[in-house]
Amino acid sequence: MTVDSWLQAAIADAERRGLPELKPLLEALARATTLLRSADWNEDAAGRPEDRPLHG
Amino acid sequence: MQRGGRKTVPCMDNIDTLTIEEFGRRLRARDLTAEQATDACLRRIEEDNPRLNAFILVMADSARQQARQADRELAAGRDRGPLHGVPISIKDLIDVAGTPTTAASRVREGHAAAHDAPVIVALRDAGAVIVGKTNLHEFAFGTTNEESAFGPARNPYDVSRSPGGSSGGSAASVAAGMALATLGTDTGGSIRIPAAACGIVGLKPRHGELSTDGIVPLSRRLDHVGPLARTVADAALVYYALRGGISNPATSGSHVVAHSWGPHVPSSWGPSSAGSKLPAPVPVSSLRLAVPRGYFCELLEDDVRARFDEAIDRLRAAGARISDVNIRHAHLIPATYLHLVLADAATYHGATLERMPERYTPAVRLRLEMGRYVLAEDFARALEGREILRREVDSALAEHAALLLPSLPIAAPLIGAASVQVGNVTEPVRNLMLRLTQLFNVTGHPAIALPAGRTRTGLPCSVQLVGGETDELLPVALACEPQITGPAPPRSGGPGGG
Repeated sequence: MTVDSWLQAAIADAERRGLPELKPLLEALARATTLLRSADWNEDAAGRPEDRPLHG
Repeated sequence: MQRGGRKTVPCMDNIDTLTIEEFGRRLRARDLTAEQATDACLRRIEEDNPRLNAFILVMADSARQQARQADRELAAGRDRGPLHGVPISIKDLIDVAGTPTTAASRVREGHAAAHDAPVIVALRDAGAVIVGKTNLHEFAFGTTNEESAFGPARNPYDVSRSPGGSSGGSAASVAAGMALATLGTDTGGSIRIPAAACGIVGLKPRHGELSTDGIVPLSRRLDHVGPLARTVADAALVYYALRGGISNPATSGSHVVAHSWGPHVPSSWGPSSAGSKLPAPVPVSSLRLAVPRGYFCELLEDDVRARFDEAIDRLRAAGARISDVNIRHAHLIPATYLHLVLADAATYHGATLERMPERYTPAVRLRLEMGRYVLAEDFARALEGREILRREVDSALAEHAALLLPSLPIAAPLIGAASVQVGNVTEPVRNLMLRLTQLFNVTGHPAIALPAGRTRTGLPCSVQLVGGETDELLPVALACEPQITGPAPPRSGGPGGG
């Protein structure tokens, strides 16, 4: 799930539950999640760039 | 005896600066009694708690009984050790049998603790006198003690300001002379932040060293329990009493010497004497310390930066070698911490958020609700980040006795402030308060906050030391304390400000 799709779903759910004031908090969490997902410790199933064949 | 408008107990006119060490010497020299010290604390609570709101529950009757018992025991030759007769307050997150553990929340209405938490058992075994349960940020989920079912606690240096949090009432109680020490908890900084804001010492031991059973959790993987006190030695004495004794010096590497309590002190404390010996401070000139720059030093108020730089200068002048280190993934600390604490807190609060959401303070409720949206995959990423950061802190410590950094980037914020401007940057208060402490909850390393002077307006500043093991950190902190604390501020600038 992308962060954008997660955020849209979370905001919609918060509004459905009568918690529209959650929106700015969820937006802040989304920013943190985006940063976390960008961390270089996250692995990639396609392998690291140096593992890819030079001619690939 | 009247002094400055306050009634004081004879020989107890210094209750707001009395250390556990000095109390111990005077107690055993028969210069004062545990009952007198407890009465002085209770009198200070009666006078100042309406202004500071540090206490949720004052346990005056039981405290006086415990104090008299302590005096009787001592007179009969039974000395339980350094905490014998010492008045101590307890964060109202920790179970004390027969009293409510409110967690500063209406969610806990009707609760009564059936048993003492293990840390309370340890305090009782050590002869401590429990004067009451202190105010906190609701469920420990905040850094200012503003959101509490019992109203905000206030900073003794300036009641318009926060005492920090979440252990704000605890810190205020010690800074204002209502107790000689206190127990707090620390999930993102909640011992060190209020210690910094109130000008006292706060120790977060290594994760897992002290039992958190009988303590309302926020995040069990990040929660710690520990002491706040007026000096490093006092914090160490409480810590060792909670541990039930010090580690074997042969295995810890610490050189242990008997602490001098004066000529009236027996050389042996008896079976419950564990913890009477403090580790000997190491020579400052033997220390290699490391300052993590970058993220940790780029966002500091001017006075905080100045006091930190002055502490470094004093340490260097005393012979310490101080170099810079880099924590490579420091910029990911807040995101890592946030995903861990939110998910863990949501786990604990999920059922009550469904059953009784209106009983939470609104802001805490919203942050808890936020945690219910953390995806499992991102929680797993945060767990990986935790391991990465732990290795980076270990690496930074490899050649050094301790890391040295400010505890708080700002002075105590105004109650009600949502953000603070630091230089050209406006940041939410919460982010700033957690910025320099939360890493060591993520990694579990022991960390201690020490007073380090004041701002130009008289608010406390603080410096943090971080080590590999608590037994290794405490001798370093004992050694560095005079240089970090610096010259004593003018008496008129102490707590008691309106």
